[in-house]
Amino acid sequence: MEPILEVKELSISFTQYSRGTMQTELPVIRSLSLTVAPGQVVAVVGSSGSGKSLLAHGILGILPYNSHRAGELFFLGQPLTQERMEQVRGKEMVLVPQGVTYLDPLMQVGPQLWKGSRDGTHRKRSRTALARYGLGEEVEGLYPFELSGGMARRVLIATAAMEQPRLVIADEPTPGLDARSARRVLGHFRELAEGGAGVLLITHDLELALTIAHRVAVFYAGETVEEAEASDFAEGRLRHPYTRALWNALPQNGFTPIPGTQPGPGEVGEGCPFAPRCPRQGPECLGKVPYMEWNGGRVRCLHPEGETV
Amino acid sequence: MKHRLIFTSKKLLRMALLLLGVSLAAFLLMCASPLDPLQTNVGQAALGTMSQEQLDQLEDYWGVNDPPLQRYLGWLGDFIRGDMGTSLLYRQPVGQVIGQRLQNSLWLMAFAWVVSGVLGLTLGVLAGANRGKLVDKAVRGYCLLLSSTPAFWLGLVLLVVFAVWLGWLPIGLSVPIGMDAASVTLSHRLYHAILPALTLSFTGVAGIAMHTREKMADIMESDYVLFARARGESARSIVLRHGLRNVILPAITLQFASISEIFGGSVLVEQVFSYPGLGQAAVNAGLGSDLPLLLGITVVSAAIVFGGNFIADLLYGVVDPRIRRGAARG
Ligand SMILES: Nc1ncnc2c1ncn2[C@@H]1O[C@H](COP(=O)(O)OP(=O)(O)O)[C@@H](O)[C@H]1O
Ligand SMILES: [Mg+2]
Repeated sequence: MEPILEVKELSISFTQYSRGTMQTELPVIRSLSLTVAPGQVVAVVGSSGSGKSLLAHGILGILPYNSHRAGELFFLGQPLTQERMEQVRGKEMVLVPQGVTYLDPLMQVGPQLWKGSRDGTHRKRSRTALARYGLGEEVEGLYPFELSGGMARRVLIATAAMEQPRLVIADEPTPGLDARSARRVLGHFRELAEGGAGVLLITHDLELALTIAHRVAVFYAGETVEEAEASDFAEGRLRHPYTRALWNALPQNGFTPIPGTQPGPGEVGEGCPFAPRCPRQGPECLGKVPYMEWNGGRVRCLHPEGETV
Repeated sequence: MKHRLIFTSKKLLRMALLLLGVSLAAFLLMCASPLDPLQTNVGQAALGTMSQEQLDQLEDYWGVNDPPLQRYLGWLGDFIRGDMGTSLLYRQPVGQVIGQRLQNSLWLMAFAWVVSGVLGLTLGVLAGANRGKLVDKAVRGYCLLLSSTPAFWLGLVLLVVFAVWLGWLPIGLSVPIGMDAASVTLSHRLYHAILPALTLSFTGVAGIAMHTREKMADIMESDYVLFARARGESARSIVLRHGLRNVILPAITLQFASISEIFGGSVLVEQVFSYPGLGQAAVNAGLGSDLPLLLGITVVSAAIVFGGNFIADLLYGVVDPRIRRGAARG
């Protein structure tokens, strides 16, 4: 089956002006690869500041003006250029943002859903989308500040469901929700995938991601370090030491913290950014590390787990 | 509704207290100043020829030797009854002088206020929505130039170009010289107000434009504009639908806060154009030791400025759904 989205070695950097004319490039995302197939929920898991939101913005073509993007993107088999991004975003490719601040605080929900057109079809579609998430049409008359946290989240998902998206990008859709509401919100994304769309679920919460994702891409300091099937986690078939560390840090697996901290943008050299914290590191980890197929998934590591198996 | 009423009466009360404070402060300052109303009123020469007895009588009559607080309370009592005293310079009730002058100035200030508001908002929105681009640089350069140009100098330049060289517009005054009051028409007044009003509005534009630009640039970097872009809304639609809507609240504040600047500017501009407005009267009153008039003008201008802030607060309640609906619910 042709993948909906393919990202190959994406990198995103910022041009920064320090001291007048001195210009430096700050790489935030360096080698990011992932694939989303139809009907699949792919979770991108990484800690905060690792560049997850930038990934979403890079795919949608809404990066800030001082940024630069390189690498290959494919959407439905066709190269995804900036022009194509502008054509498909909001239609075949939708973003579900994190919270209520992404709604215009001075505009009622209805007009925001209709994006400025007042014709009957938009109204009908918004009614249907709201109803799908248990919201009545009176919600269209509310301002964002009048929505509860859970309602706001459902309104944001309704903006996506109003279109017929092939790809849904959800950027941290659950923080601030209690466990039950969070699971319900994630259930809505699963539903969208069951309708044939690809869902890219961006989150820092591995545990939550595993409850609905088919595949998981683990993201560290601007790189994808591993792509795995969701089932690999429970079955212990992990590859990258960072993935292992994330897994062990979960409450049910002993809450083992990882020593050290993730390097920030610009603090990474050529080698593996996880090496300083890695129990399996060797001197060769200071050199370039390729991204390779491994044990049914992909990994960016010279000493992945499972090599001796 | 009840909430709004309480809010409004609180604001009104605060305004009244502020006015009281302003009048008291102005009064005390004038008491402490070397201005001598007796001398102004009677004249230096006449004063010299009077006997000490006559002087004492006069001083008694004018209450010069009463303690300041007593004099202030006397003034306040009259003021509340609508009597601001008699102008020493114009030999007319202060209320009447201010009324006439304010009428002239209001044309000027209202025009300048509207023009600077509209122009400032437009330029600010354009620059903020296109930050870093050519439009933005042009607007910023223009504002920098304007804000570093003194109003009186700009007035003189306009005067030289449009009134002296080109002869298109009158050199000064608010009506044609020598015309009797009955035959002065609205177009005469407008014609005479053009240059001073333009000068006055130019000085306000820069501030409003730069502040609006800041706000607009913040809005363009907000989460909701990012999301609007992600949803495929066009740049035009984003500026018109989200940008303008959200810039309107700070714009209201700016616009009403600029009343005080316009007032301050009018003092200079009316001087340059010999325009018989309130600002000119204030200068005359100060130079001529006309204390009742000076005090009256101070209080009336303060009332207008505070009134502007008050209207801004009320407008907020109408425009901002968070206040409008929030108040309706709670
Ligand atoms: N406009 C920008 N200019 C420079 N650096 C930026 C900019 N936006 C984001 N970054 C950097 O990119 C990094 C990743 O940001 P983000 O994608 O928001 O992380 P995440 O969503 O994973 O928490 C941040 O650490 C930040 O320093
Ligand atoms: Mg983020």
